Amino acid sequence: MTGEVAVLGAGMHPWGKWGRSFVEYGAAAARAALADAGLEWRDVGSIVGADTVRGGYPGYVAGATFAKALGWQGARVASVYAACASGAQAVNTARAQILSGLADVVLVVGADAAPKGFFRPAGGDRPDDPDWLRFRVLGATNPTYFGLYARRRMAVHGDTAEDFAQVKVKNSALGALNPNARYRKRVTAEDVAASAVVADPLRLLDICATSDGGAALVLSSMEFARRHATNRPVRIRAVSTVTPRYPNTVLDLPDIATDSALAVEPSADTFRASIARAAYEEADLGPEDLSLAEVYDLSTALELQWYEDLGLCGQGEGAKLLREGATTLGGRIPVNASGGLASFGEAVPAQAIAQVCELTWQLREESGARQVAGARVGITANQGLFGHGSAVIAVR
Amino acid sequence: MSRTRTPVVDGWFAGDGEGFRLLGTRCTACTSVFFPREDAHCRNPGCSGGVLEEISLSRCGRVWSYTDSRYRPPSPYVTDPELPWVPHALIAVELESERIVVLGQAAPGVTVADLSVGMEVEVVPGVLHEDEDTDTTWTTWHWRPTGVRA
Repeated sequence: MTGEVAVLGAGMHPWGKWGRSFVEYGAAAARAALADAGLEWRDVGSIVGADTVRGGYPGYVAGATFAKALGWQGARVASVYAACASGAQAVNTARAQILSGLADVVLVVGADAAPKGFFRPAGGDRPDDPDWLRFRVLGATNPTYFGLYARRRMAVHGDTAEDFAQVKVKNSALGALNPNARYRKRVTAEDVAASAVVADPLRLLDICATSDGGAALVLSSMEFARRHATNRPVRIRAVSTVTPRYPNTVLDLPDIATDSALAVEPSADTFRASIARAAYEEADLGPEDLSLAEVYDLSTALELQWYEDLGLCGQGEGAKLLREGATTLGGRIPVNASGGLASFGEAVPAQAIAQVCELTWQLREESGARQVAGARVGITANQGLFGHGSAVIAVR
Repeated sequence: MSRTRTPVVDGWFAGDGEGFRLLGTRCTACTSVFFPREDAHCRNPGCSGGVLEEISLSRCGRVWSYTDSRYRPPSPYVTDPELPWVPHALIAVELESERIVVLGQAAPGVTVADLSVGMEVEVVPGVLHEDEDTDTTWTTWHWRPTGVRA
């Protein structure tokens, strides 16, 4: 088991489409997290920024960008990029610095200002870049990959479009209770069915939007937390940042083909399942110990896949678990009590940090109407393009 | 004068008609197959790395999954903004001999209503788009249910 770090503060800038700079969202989230921790920015020894590719150089050097916005005070700085998993990598970088004694208190910040419409690759001719190629050669947007996974589930597990819609119904009802969510209106199955098909079989309301937003965490050593007299802080017990193992036999974004399984037999569990397994092993916990989970529901169908990959149920049983009500508030294992990406829309580098913010508030029992009763152990799960797994386990 | 036919990516496919094939590479040490092709080094972590030789992939496979793009994709996908968008289907195809899944566009006229998981499809030559300015036809590969004629 790896050592633990304390979560002293969590903060967000509400998700939306605000039309301002990501720097503003990140700085606002950072100030909120510091206030939540009862600390001053000058008390922070290190800042780690989760990068955005949408802000030019300030986005690529997010750590320094946020440090400058908060006012240079000499803190150690790092900036990390791992696509959708950037936030979790930032948490892990902060944790490594704390556990190795490089810093006592680390501020983790991620923020994004998303464009309208589909995400697209950076400009220019880049035939060596798989992300550029899938657009150039196939016109394969992110939702088309979500559509492939959803159709595969329908064929293999018998999931239906109605099952997928029920994920949105659940998450929108939870998001309606979350003041930081962008979408706070309850959605019915009829609303989902009436929305336009984007990538068969998925409709507009099956697919998460792209949003503006910012999230931040103040992490510290357990020793600092004791000195700071924080009563029973939430603790991060595991951060999984695994890569796939060859051969990766699930067609992952942004690839045009899988690895071939001709020469090497694939592992028994998929890449996504291995992300959770690594976190469970590090935390010395299992799915039966969880009070709640925050998973990356880029699409409704993907949320069902995560149920199985986290071991909340057997393979193919995700829709059944949902239908039983196990994954909503009051169920055995509430998933996306925050409302999930369905209610937030994705603000890429902020999203995995926002997941940990939600765990923090839930574990402190500060989540108001969406509180998971008696929450003690939570997991987040996420997969970033290009082979970035991430999962965080927090306990109190 | 006919337009110059240029593959959208060099070295990924070759041939005409029935002889059209996707091209990959195979490691001569461990037999791993790669598409898109690897020419520098085998990616099997248990292989010390053999010579990578070009191979043709199987012409036929089975549908692993499929979807379509109901909205116009952004650049670098090339479309004519003057024309209404016609959705294209995308098919992920499992090639049994290579134990690999390869994504591709469906042949023109093939829609998601024509497809099912497990159905046999074959690879056929296709046109990605015509570029009148440079008098170029950009070519690609398409998947098409076997037995269907364009």
